[in-house]
Amino acid sequence: MASFRFTVDGKRVSVNAEPEMPLLYALRNDLGLNNPHFGCGLAQCGACTVHLDGEPVRSCVLPVSAASGKAVTTLKGLGTPDKPHPLQAAYVEEQVPQCGYCINGWLMTAAATLKKNPKASDAQLRDALAGLKCRCGTHVAILRAIKRAQASMA
Amino acid sequence: MTTLTRREFLKSSGALVVSFAAAPITAALAQVAAGKPALVPTELDSWVAVLPDGRVQAFFGKMDMGQSLEVAIAQIVADELDVAFDKVDVLMGDTGTSCNQGGASGSTGVSNGGRVLRSAAAEARRLLLEGASRKLDVPVDQLQVEDGVIRSAAKQISYAELVGGKYFHHQVEWNKQVGNAMNINVQAKPKSPADYKVVGESFMRRDVAWKVYGTDEFVTDVRVKGMLHARVIRPPRAACKVRGVDEASIKSIRGARVVREKDFVAVVAPREWDAVRAAQRLKVDWHALDGAFPAMDQLHEHIRGAKVVKREEPVKKGDPAAAFSAPGVRIVQAQYEWPFQSHASMGPGCAVAEAGADHCTVWTGSQKPHYVRDGVAKLLGMAPEKVRAIWVAGPGSYGRNDAGDAALDAAFLSKATGKPVRVQGMRSDGTAWDPKGPACVHRARAAIDATGKVLAYEFVAKGFSRQHIATNESDPADSLVGQATGIPAKGTQIFGVPAESYGFENKLLAWETIAPLVENCSPLRTAHMRDPVGPEIHFGSEQFIDELAATVGEDPVAFRLRYLTEARHAAVVKAAAEKAGWQARTSPQRERGGELLKGRGIAFAERNGTAVAAVAEVEVERNTGRVWARRVVVAHDCGLVINPQGLRYTIEGNVVQGISRTIYEQVQFDRDSVSSVDWASYPILEMQDAPAAIEVVLINRPEVAPSGAGEPTMRVIPAAVANAVFDATGVRLRKAPLNAERVKAALSRA
Repeated sequence: MASFRFTVDGKRVSVNAEPEMPLLYALRNDLGLNNPHFGCGLAQCGACTVHLDGEPVRSCVLPVSAASGKAVTTLKGLGTPDKPHPLQAAYVEEQVPQCGYCINGWLMTAAATLKKNPKASDAQLRDALAGLKCRCGTHVAILRAIKRAQASMA
Repeated sequence: MTTLTRREFLKSSGALVVSFAAAPITAALAQVAAGKPALVPTELDSWVAVLPDGRVQAFFGKMDMGQSLEVAIAQIVADELDVAFDKVDVLMGDTGTSCNQGGASGSTGVSNGGRVLRSAAAEARRLLLEGASRKLDVPVDQLQVEDGVIRSAAKQISYAELVGGKYFHHQVEWNKQVGNAMNINVQAKPKSPADYKVVGESFMRRDVAWKVYGTDEFVTDVRVKGMLHARVIRPPRAACKVRGVDEASIKSIRGARVVREKDFVAVVAPREWDAVRAAQRLKVDWHALDGAFPAMDQLHEHIRGAKVVKREEPVKKGDPAAAFSAPGVRIVQAQYEWPFQSHASMGPGCAVAEAGADHCTVWTGSQKPHYVRDGVAKLLGMAPEKVRAIWVAGPGSYGRNDAGDAALDAAFLSKATGKPVRVQGMRSDGTAWDPKGPACVHRARAAIDATGKVLAYEFVAKGFSRQHIATNESDPADSLVGQATGIPAKGTQIFGVPAESYGFENKLLAWETIAPLVENCSPLRTAHMRDPVGPEIHFGSEQFIDELAATVGEDPVAFRLRYLTEARHAAVVKAAAEKAGWQARTSPQRERGGELLKGRGIAFAERNGTAVAAVAEVEVERNTGRVWARRVVVAHDCGLVINPQGLRYTIEGNVVQGISRTIYEQVQFDRDSVSSVDWASYPILEMQDAPAAIEVVLINRPEVAPSGAGEPTMRVIPAAVANAVFDATGVRLRKAPLNAERVKAALSRA
C-alpha cells in the first residue's frame, strides 16, 4: 500500500492503495464517486472513462499510481445541470441514453475530441468514438447530440 | 363494488401517503405505516395516491429500462385523472410499493401494465368526483376537472383537499392473475382516446438528466454500511464439479475469504479490489466432463440431427402434404441457421443484499424484481413477504441476463456471511455466463404452381428451447447458485413460429425443440433475450418469402402485399416502402459490378398485435465482406401511440441492436467451454458501423388499444438486412451472423 495524491474534479484527494490497483476502484470505493462505471475491466468498452490531464483514459486498467500528481476529471466534473457542458445539454435535448451505463465513455471521449477538433466531420467523429460500446443501440442519437453540441459551440 | 358515502369518503383518514421517491429507501420501508391498506391488487391504494400537495403517485409493477415507459405511464395516469403530466410520479419496481405486474417483460409495459394504471386512475377520478359532488352539493355531471381541481359554475375543490395524503380504502376487482396478465376491473369508464390531452404528446424522459450529469445511483452504486464485496467463481469449463478449494491461496489478501457450498464458490472481502484479486488468485480444483459441447462448426449439424423433445404445430391450414405432392408443382426449399447469442449487457450483473435471520432486502438491476423477491425467499427459506427487492437502474437489460443470478448470489452470500454483500460480475460473467438466446435451424419449403402461385408453405423452426431456464429468477432451480448447490434445472420446452398473415391456402408452421447440451450450470443455458426467438425465426421466414418472390420473378414488396391478409400488416409494408422510396423490381439487382455493392431489402412481421416492416439499404464491400446497413426505414403500428418521441427512440435502439445481432454477434465455444468472454471475442456493432440514417414512420391508431413496442422491430431487422445483401450481391446468406469473414467467403464462392 502506498499513498497517492491527485485531484478529482478540481478537489485534492489522497488514496492509500496498491500501486497497481486500477484508478476506477479508487474513484468508486476510496473516494465514493458513483461514476465512472465498471463495464469490462479490460479497456474494451469505455464505461469507466475519465480525463487524466484532459485526455480520456480507461480508469479500469490505469493503475492508480499513474494518476499521481495529475488532474482527474469525471462526468460530474465535465458539467452540472446548472453549468452543463454543451455535450451534456445536447444529450438531454436529444434524450440520448437508454440504460445510460455507457455514458462516461461517449461523453468524456466526445468532449476531448471536440476540444481538439470542434468541427470534426461525421467520419472523424465515428473514428474518434471507435472502441466505445453501447448495448442499447443509441449510436444514431449520440451522433445527433454531438452535432447539436457542435452547432451550439460554433 | 361498494359505493363510498360522503362521510366514509372524507374520513378515509389513514396515515399520510409519503413520497417514497424522495425518501431514502430504508425510510420508505418504515413508512409502510398503520392505516395503509395491504399492498394487494384489490386495493385502489396499491395503484394510485394523491399527496397533500396535490401530486399524484402511480405505483407500477413493471419497470422502464430506458425506453420511456415511465413517462408513458405518467401520461396515461395524468390523462385519466385530469392532472398535469408534471404532477405524476411513477414509482417502479419496488416490491414494497408495487404489485407484481411482471416486471419488464414481453413488450407489455404499456399494453398490460398501462391498462391497469389507466383503470386505477379512472376509478380514482370517479371517486374524487363523487366526493366533490357531495362536498360541493353539485351533481357530478355539472362538475369539471382541470389539473386536479374539480369545479362547478360557482364552487371548486382540489384533489388534495379531498383526499391528499389519505387513502381511498376502495376495493377494485382483480382478475387473480400475477405478472403480465394482472388486470383490474373498475366501475369507472376510462376516457375515450378522443379526449386525451397528454397521451400522444412527446414528453421528455425523467431518467435522462441524472444519467447525463451522473447525479443519481445505478444499482452498482448502492452501498450498504459494512458490506462485503463478492466475486463468484464460475467454473472454467462446462459441466464442472468442485473437488477442492485451496483457501490458503488467498491467505495473503487481507480480509479475503472463501464461501463455498457444494459446487458454488465465491470470495468475499471488505475491499472490492481485494475481492477481485482473490477471485483471480484462488485455486480451485475442478473436475470437468470432457466434450460437453459439440465442436462449434458442428452446432447446426447437431441441431438438425438431435432428437426432437417436443413439437407443436400452431398453424395448420389446408392439406400441405397433399399440395406438396400435387403434380406439376415446383418445390422451393431452404434452411436458415442462427447462433447462440449473449445479452452481453453493458456491465456485468450487480446486486446488493442484506439478509438477516428472517428478512432480506435486495437491491437489484433485474428487470423483474418481484420475481427476485420470490426467488430469494425460496433460496433462503423465507416467506416472500419477508423479502423486499428494490429495482435500481442497472447496466442494461433486454431479457433475462445475468442480473437475476447476481441477485440470488448476493442474497445467498449475505446469509452465509451474516453481512450485507455486494456482488458484481467480471466481464466474462456477463458475456460467457449469462443465459443465452437459443441457436436454431429452420427448414422452409413451398410448392408453387405453374402460374407462380404459392400453393403450400411450410416452416419448421428447430432449436434449443427458449427457456432452458425460466424467464425470471423466481425459482432457485433456474439460477446458477441454485443449480450449483444441488437444485436441478427444470426447464420448459418452448420455441415459436413466424408471426404473419400470409394467406397461403395450405400452410404449416411448426416448431421443434431439442435437449440442452448440459443440464445444470451451463454457460449455454437459454432464456429470454430481446424478442425471444423473434429475430431467430424471422431471419429465416422473411428471407424465405423473399426467395419465393425471386423464384416467381416478383418484386418483394408486391409479393408480400399479394399474400398478406391483414390490412394493418399490408399498411406497414406499404408505408415502409413508400418512405424508403422503394422502386418495384425483382431481386437481385442487375448492377452488381464494382467493389461497393448496394442493395435494399424488406422484411415484415407481427408481434402480439404490433405490425412492423423495415427496409434496409446496405453497402457490401466485395474486398472485405463488410456489410454496412447505411439506411433503415421502419414503419410501425402498435395501435394508440402514447409518446411518439419515446417510441421512435425505442425503435431506433431495436434497429441498431438488431443490426448488431444480425452482422456481428455469435457466442463462440469449444468442446469444453464458452470462449467468447469479452468484447473482443463477442464483438457488437460500434460507431463506425452505425447507420447513417434511421427513419421511422409511426402509424397511430387511437381506436386500437396499444400493443407493444419494446421488441417487435427486433424481429424484422435480420431478414431486412439479409434480403438487402442478396439484392446487392445476388448471394443468399442463410447463416447468421453476416460477418465480414462469412460474407467475403460467400462472395468469393459465388
